[in-house]
Amino acid sequence: MTALPDDKGYYGDYGGRFVPDTLMAPLIELEAAYNAATKDAMFWDEYKSLLKNFIGRETPLQHAARLTAHLGGAKIYLKREDLAHTGAHKINNAIGQILLARRMGKTRIIAETGAGQHGVATATAAAAFGMECIVYMGAEDMARQAPNVFRMELLGAKVVAVESGSRTLKDAVSEAMRDWVSNISNTFYLLGSALGPHPYPKMVRDFQAVIGAEAKEQIMAAENRMPDSIIACVGGGSNAIGIFSAFVDDKNIKLTGVEAGGHGIKKGSHAARFSGGTPGIFQGMKTYILQDNDGQAELTHSVSAGLDYTGVGPEHAWLHDSQRASYAYVTDDEAVAAFHLLSKTEGIIPALESSHAIAHAVKTAPQLPKDHIMIVNLSGRGDKDIGIIQRYAEEQA
Amino acid sequence: MTLRETLLKARENKKAAFIPFIMAGDPTAEETVKSIIALEKAGADALELGVPFSDPVADGETVQRAAERALKSGMTLDGVLDVVKEARKQGVKIPICLFSYLNPIYKKGYAGFISAAQDAGVNGALIVDLPPEEAEDYVDAAQEKSFETVFLCSPTTTPARLKRVDAATTGFVYYVSREGVTGAQATLAGGTAEKLAQLKTELQNPVAVGFGISTPEHVKALSGIADGIVVGSSLIKAAAGAENPASILAEKVEWLKTG
Repeated sequence: MTALPDDKGYYGDYGGRFVPDTLMAPLIELEAAYNAATKDAMFWDEYKSLLKNFIGRETPLQHAARLTAHLGGAKIYLKREDLAHTGAHKINNAIGQILLARRMGKTRIIAETGAGQHGVATATAAAAFGMECIVYMGAEDMARQAPNVFRMELLGAKVVAVESGSRTLKDAVSEAMRDWVSNISNTFYLLGSALGPHPYPKMVRDFQAVIGAEAKEQIMAAENRMPDSIIACVGGGSNAIGIFSAFVDDKNIKLTGVEAGGHGIKKGSHAARFSGGTPGIFQGMKTYILQDNDGQAELTHSVSAGLDYTGVGPEHAWLHDSQRASYAYVTDDEAVAAFHLLSKTEGIIPALESSHAIAHAVKTAPQLPKDHIMIVNLSGRGDKDIGIIQRYAEEQA
Repeated sequence: MTLRETLLKARENKKAAFIPFIMAGDPTAEETVKSIIALEKAGADALELGVPFSDPVADGETVQRAAERALKSGMTLDGVLDVVKEARKQGVKIPICLFSYLNPIYKKGYAGFISAAQDAGVNGALIVDLPPEEAEDYVDAAQEKSFETVFLCSPTTTPARLKRVDAATTGFVYYVSREGVTGAQATLAGGTAEKLAQLKTELQNPVAVGFGISTPEHVKALSGIADGIVVGSSLIKAAAGAENPASILAEKVEWLKTG
């Protein structure tokens, strides 16, 4: 585990806690409760027991033999987070935070969601712990991820449509913050990615670190050596920081985050913060954001709702500036092609978010030698996306 | 007069300074200038002028919609400064405090923002998502130029943090009277008067109260206690979509001040 953040919540120049005064007390309370929990062996024991018995961990690290052969270069492994309960890595964090919520005596859980995977994970955790759950979701995202809306409702959550701004993830985050500040005493804000004000980026990373810890053991067992490269998609960046965390200290391992290139790097057409963004202050943190000259958030676009976000987790901003990780992007078309390719070569339908990581492997693996070991984090499964894929094909026709 | 002097004078007179809040550029820059002039005539003692932001996490629906209208009209941070400049040119004397989110100011650079704001005739700024813990550089830049700083405190602010808020402030401390976002409320939060009386003994700075204040009764209840009273959402709501927002705002202020 890396030593960052510092005690003010900074990763180098990024992170911090840029919130109105009314959110300071609950964030300080949350930080204190989390610090106490991390020192409590019983807390981690219960978390680990739920990872095993409720989520079904560990998730496999699978050698993707047919994809490897098809691309003809690097030996590719897939970290199968799609096989975690609810179909994505998001549940690791939801279970960790709901344990913390219970420990803090909170009874009402709120969350934001983009693609709906974090909303489903939160609704699942809340149901399993018998807590009230409200999920804020951009109206635009509700339309494109309708199956997940229904899943959340089946799990007993109330899904609230957010009609402000661009009606996507960033607006859902703002709305959840507004709810939290209005209902601090009984409410726990279960934030879904490694972003926002301190301590969320740290806490979410720590709960997702299990991905990297398992992958490291698994690759040692399979290959008796460390991998050469790791690839993960980056929206807010929780699956990426989760897998990177186990490998970041080993500087020989190349870490690559893959952002959403949308229709290409033109204003309003993408969500690649490291290609089109600059440092700014957004939703409680200092990080790279897509903004205009006046400092207003720019509109974003991605075929993948989970990557369609203005900012990026602050630890990624630090990894970027310190050149420990590099950040690439792939376009909608490339991601959709990778979605089809993985489905047909491996019998795995990946989430459109994860398809971005696959697409980057498709672009880079052929140029690499056959003894190069590459791990791609397959952060979620794609059942939720089949409607989008169908419409995408119709639009291209 | 500065913001601070205005509120200290109000304390002496035992009658809180009346501080309306409107969003610059809602619906247009020209209307905002007219509104500022009308508000001063109607008896505003100071003005809080909103800088629109795309993602206003601390604001309720009324102010969010006002910011959206303002951005749609093309308003920017520089545009807000032009509005103030024009209002000053047309003779507006009351102190003006900007109410902004940090990013537009961060993007412009603290020193550049402060000197441009002072050139335009702005007295100080309240940056809603900049707590004193993150404000060291900004406060240094502001103090160098005697640009007044305003910081928030709320019912959940601990004594240790309250000291930090007070130390970072040179204009006035803004007490957020309720947990939650901006927006008109039917009743005042319980204990507001007592909390304000206590704050006045604890703080070196004068204190204004806001969030949820919307009737002459609210104003009356707090007038002898707070040094300043900020009314925003109820004014914005009344003027939204009106043909002549300046006159609606003036009427509404006169009505609120009957309290």
